[in-house]
This record gives sequence, C-alpha cells and structure tokens, in this order.
Amino acid sequence: MATVELRFSALPEHVRTARLVAAAVARRAGVDEAVLDEVRLAVGEACSRAVGLHQNSGISAPVKVALIEEEKQFSIEVGDEAPHATPGDTPGAQDGDAEIEEDEMGLAVISGLVDDVEVTTGHDGGLIRMSWPTTPPAAALV
Amino acid sequence: MDLSLSTRTVGDRTVVEVGGEIDVYTAPKLREQLVELVNDGNFHLVVDMEGVDFLDSTGLGVLVGGLKRVRAHEGSLRLVCNQERILKIFRITGLTKVFPIHTSVEEAVAATD
Repeated sequence: MATVELRFSALPEHVRTARLVAAAVARRAGVDEAVLDEVRLAVGEACSRAVGLHQNSGISAPVKVALIEEEKQFSIEVGDEAPHATPGDTPGAQDGDAEIEEDEMGLAVISGLVDDVEVTTGHDGGLIRMSWPTTPPAAALV
Repeated sequence: MDLSLSTRTVGDRTVVEVGGEIDVYTAPKLREQLVELVNDGNFHLVVDMEGVDFLDSTGLGVLVGGLKRVRAHEGSLRLVCNQERILKIFRITGLTKVFPIHTSVEEAVAATD
C-alpha cells in the first residue's frame, strides 16, 4: 500500500501541491537531500503531463499520485486516465504539435533526471513510475 | 510562491527579471510577458533567472517560444543564470546549445554574437 496517496483535479495550480507533498514524503522516507530537487522536478513533470493529458481529452477524473515507501527505495507513481495516442497517430491541429512537443519535453526531463523510470501507456490511461534509493536511518546500521 | 516579473531597458536590450517558480501554472504569465515585449518591438531580450527557485519543462517551452519570436525579428534571447539546479535542466534537455547563458546581466547586455 502507498504511504501517501493524492488525488487532485486536473488543474495546473495543484501541481505545486503535489511537488511539495512528494518532496516532504521523500525526505521522511530517507531519500538523500541532494536528490530531493530531482524528486520535486520529476514529480512536477509527471503531474503537469497528466494534467495536460486530462485537459486535452476533456477528462474530469482526478490525477492520481502514489508515494510508496519500500525497503531501500522510494517510488512515485503518477497515473492519468487519458487515452494515449500510439506513435503512428497523426496530430490534428497546429496546437496539437506544440502540446505533443511539450509532453515529450516533460518526459525528456524525467528520463534525464531519474535513472529508474518506467512509462506504461494504454488506451485507458498511463502510468509513470519513478524510484529512488533511500538511506536507512543511521540507528539501524549496527 | 508565485511568479514575479519586472522589466527594464538597458541600452537596446530589455531585461526581464524573473523570480519565484516557473511551472505549468505560472508559465503562461511569462509567455504573455515575452509575447507582449516582442509585439511592442523589443527584440533583444535578456531573461534574468537568478531569482528563479523552480523551473520545469513548461517554463523551458516558454523560453524556447520566446526565442523563436525574437529570432523572427533578427533578435536575441539571452539568459542569466548561475544556479546549478536550474542549469542542470538546460543541460539534460540539450538547451545549453540553444540559449546563450551568462553569469551576469552586465555580461549578457554587453554580449554580441
């Protein structure tokens, strides 16, 4: 089970909240301070992308974020419910091109930042799963 | 933390000082500002990012959009940034090759191609 779960309306103003919560939970889970900036940025990218996908597809469902503390690692899953275009699909309007470019830039940032990332997409939604190693509390190292 | 924007003119350059967080929520404000400046005939922009705490790909997209606009008028868009956490985002996206990045406003204002 996730340590903390968030569901937020697909609106840009809530992405910052998701970033703050994710960074706070990651810190508690033992993710290195030096990496917290990356966690914040990566989760923000994933949530921005999900918000964009929901808005473009007119989906009223919330964006889901699961923050999962596991043994030796901390994972974040950001799920959307947008039907994902397959690579062969042709974009429609010119605006569509710009949106696709932004979407790809978000993914480029995530894959540049996070070593352990998995992107799954289907016709009923997508999921980005990112993991970071955690350092166990000093007391446990005897 | 919201986004703060202020502009000033230095010679033939327009310096846009940005502060706060540039993300999916605030980036449209920066886009509007850049579009307005270009529409008003300011084609040589210096975007001072020293007060920026957070920048994501939406913000990068706006900066690239600004660059496209000024280039259409033979203009320039230079960035001022010394913060490693922000510079890292330009590096991983390969945008350090696209934007001239300077260490001070003075240097950016004095720079020519």
